[in-house]
Amino acid sequence: MVERRPWLTFFTHAVLIMGMLLLVFPIYVTFVASTHSLDEITSNFSLLPGSQLIENYSRALNVGPRDVGATVGTMMLNSLIMALGITTGKIAISLIAAFAIVYFRFRFRMFFFWLIFITLMFPVEVRILPTYEVAANLKMLDSYSGLIFPLIASATATFLFRQFFMTVPDELCEASMIDGGGPIRFFFDILLPMSRTSIAALFVILFIYGWNQYLWPLLITTDEGYYTLLIGIKRMLDVGEGQAEWQIIMASTILAMIPPVLVVIFMQKQFVKGMTETEK
Amino acid sequence: MEKRVVFKHKFLPYILVAPQIVITLVFFIWPASQAVYQSVLQEDPFGITSTFVGLANFVYIFTDEIYLHSIYVTAIFSLSVAAIAMSISLLLAAMADRAIKGATGYKTLIIWPYAVAPAVAGVLWYFLFNPTVGIIALYLKIFGYEWDHSLNGGQAMFLVIVAASWRQISYNFLFFLAGLQAIPKPFIEAAAIDGAPPLKRFWTITFPLLSPTTFFLIVMNIVYAFFDTFGVIHVITSGGPNNATNIMVYKVYHDGFLSLDLGGSAAQSVILMIIVISLTVIQFRYIERRVNY
Repeated sequence: MVERRPWLTFFTHAVLIMGMLLLVFPIYVTFVASTHSLDEITSNFSLLPGSQLIENYSRALNVGPRDVGATVGTMMLNSLIMALGITTGKIAISLIAAFAIVYFRFRFRMFFFWLIFITLMFPVEVRILPTYEVAANLKMLDSYSGLIFPLIASATATFLFRQFFMTVPDELCEASMIDGGGPIRFFFDILLPMSRTSIAALFVILFIYGWNQYLWPLLITTDEGYYTLLIGIKRMLDVGEGQAEWQIIMASTILAMIPPVLVVIFMQKQFVKGMTETEK
Repeated sequence: MEKRVVFKHKFLPYILVAPQIVITLVFFIWPASQAVYQSVLQEDPFGITSTFVGLANFVYIFTDEIYLHSIYVTAIFSLSVAAIAMSISLLLAAMADRAIKGATGYKTLIIWPYAVAPAVAGVLWYFLFNPTVGIIALYLKIFGYEWDHSLNGGQAMFLVIVAASWRQISYNFLFFLAGLQAIPKPFIEAAAIDGAPPLKRFWTITFPLLSPTTFFLIVMNIVYAFFDTFGVIHVITSGGPNNATNIMVYKVYHDGFLSLDLGGSAAQSVILMIIVISLTVIQFRYIERRVNY
């Protein structure tokens, strides 16, 4: 702070608190709704928590919503498998691709590099139908591999690792060579341990990205056993003329937010690093 | 930049790049080229016969009123989301930058909504404004304002803009705060000694110095509003009522999957690709990517 201005300090904190309330308000209302019975939500909705918390959540997790043939527990597991699959897949293939591009000279090296680069320009949203056709031809509809593989190419992760490998001193590589170690040994014994912080930062960003995928799972899952939680919530909302089971929908919505939010809160340092370095 | 020391191996590097290249070819390059190819074909809905029609699909979509309307809707939607999300986050970031006490606490509390999926943001706001159970819709009714976004196009647009902006505040906040903290304090102190009041200091010194961050965020917010808000639209309005919130990405999905208009959907995909490519080029050529925080 440059100078003392008590009224401005007061204003500062007031604005920040208002901002936080704006961000929290919808989530608070959702949480409150998830602790009421359906009657209480539809007739006289109070903004204080109700008494149905355990009942709603255990029904969502174990029995499942009325019109969707899978429990929220199953759908959360599917979301988790997809998120972790995308995260580890992206990190693994980007690490080795960046290693090859930085530490070897081979034909088509730059061609491969640019090929990976242009994936940035084709998000799923712009090639919806042909990608669906590829997945259908490969028999990947309604499967975990279909949820994961089409999303694991990553230009940003490859760039980040390439950037990081460039800063690793050449002497380390020379030393490893003098000791008689080959490229694989150098990769596992030296490069991988040194990349820990970059991997952690990417993990946070990619986990959120994977967990929050919506369009792709919407396209390729028709079997309820493979629904991710976000798709399940959308199905619960689609009741046509009927009465939506708001208490279960709200409990599911809270459950859908918990894993990525916990990751951001507990790995905040890595999250900020990941955001500012990958700029994704 | 090249490494001085490299390994020599005949086939190992190819094995190492193979997984990434295979995924890229199968799920990115091939579908993208298919979209380009299909965009010049007219196919019957069963995919049995197709005929080459040149640019007819493009001519068709650019004379189609619904598509032109969709471009207009996308423009309104993305500009509003960028403007609202960025101004609120700039205000919050400027305040958080001032508040030395508790700055990290505020930061944690403001950035976590980034983890909320766009589709979930859609559910949250859909519930608040739901005409039968939504608490905000209920209060609006008490004050004599009828809310039903499933009938009123303007209200539907308002709601998807609010939901999409709400989710983006955290992202912008993070970058604005980092940008603000990187501005050297002596500039501000010098102006303060010269007697410039806080607001004037902000507009004449801080804001211009922040412009690289601002330009970067404008591009990123437009990218977000164009491509990442599918979930918001799909959950809240499904493009309705009467195409009022039918943004371009939603229309590609709708025409390809629900109406099975393959050629038209492919032509729209090609247009979206051109938009992404231009945005990516702008982002790389004109924006300083490596801002030091």
